[in-house]
Amino acid sequence: MKRFLLFLPLLVALVLGVVLFAGIGKDPTKLESALIGKPVPEFTLADLHNPSATLDRSLFRGEISLLNVWGTWCPSCRDEHDDLMWLANDKGINIIGLNYKDKREDALVWLERLGDPYQTTIYDPKGILGFDLGVYGAPETFVIDAEGVVRYRHVGVVNPKVWEETLLPVIEEARGNS
Amino acid sequence: MMRFILAALFALTAGLVQAEVAAVYDFDTREQEVRYQNLIAELRCPKCQNQNIADSNAPISQDMRNEVYEMMQAGASNEEIVDALVARFGEFVRYKPELDSRTFLLWATPAIAVFGGLLVVAGVVIRARRVERQAAGLSAEERARAEQILKGQDNTSDS
Repeated sequence: MKRFLLFLPLLVALVLGVVLFAGIGKDPTKLESALIGKPVPEFTLADLHNPSATLDRSLFRGEISLLNVWGTWCPSCRDEHDDLMWLANDKGINIIGLNYKDKREDALVWLERLGDPYQTTIYDPKGILGFDLGVYGAPETFVIDAEGVVRYRHVGVVNPKVWEETLLPVIEEARGNS
Repeated sequence: MMRFILAALFALTAGLVQAEVAAVYDFDTREQEVRYQNLIAELRCPKCQNQNIADSNAPISQDMRNEVYEMMQAGASNEEIVDALVARFGEFVRYKPELDSRTFLLWATPAIAVFGGLLVVAGVVIRARRVERQAAGLSAEERARAEQILKGQDNTSDS
């Protein structure tokens, strides 16, 4: 019993070490979405290109898609734009845009000038759908499966590395299931 | 001149104060306002992670405060409001996490630490008592010898 007590501090240090070591390298600013495994929230919003057309969540049915939240006020969105173009054109990925808290004119100029990687862009100037999706900072990219269920949320810029290591495996898994 | 400078200073600082004021909400009763303040003080901003939504200037905090206010006006309970935000932003936004199997350790750690501390103190006290009792258990003969030894030491240290 006495012997065992001598080893107690070592034991406590080891347990603490393992627990703390597991936390190293994790980015605390990247939160897992609360919507994983749930359908995209209901919404009725206009199309960016066509103000008279209304969009709802049936948009996400039938095909696996990426939902990319962006705005012209967001510098990192500019950063990832070329990589979204690459995903849409070279990889044939179905990307839906969510223009978040932005002005329609600014957004249209942006897409005109930089190219439009989006199949459809939802116009959400008040951030209503953004709020329901738990968006807390653009850019964010959601993987939505063919049933319209959220599979994954990536916070931050999409680039070839993020695509290879994070998004593609999730998409492949979603393809396998459906 | 002095009066002019003071007036100019007031005008400048008044502008600064104005800039800090976020959206202000009207409440029917004082209790409602207190309830609102308590709610936004225990909800955490997902963007600026060490602030609650009451202190944070981030746009998302403003949206969250607005949602809290709107839901309160619509007659929602505190629990419903917090649950609605957790459903969107995750457990992260609770500064007071619910007690369940995942958060059990979080809540129990202080109690475990106090209990462990009490055990250690009890151990130390019991051991000290035992030593005391052993010291008291010297026979008259042993005591005489011990005193002799101590005296002898005193002698040697003196000379």
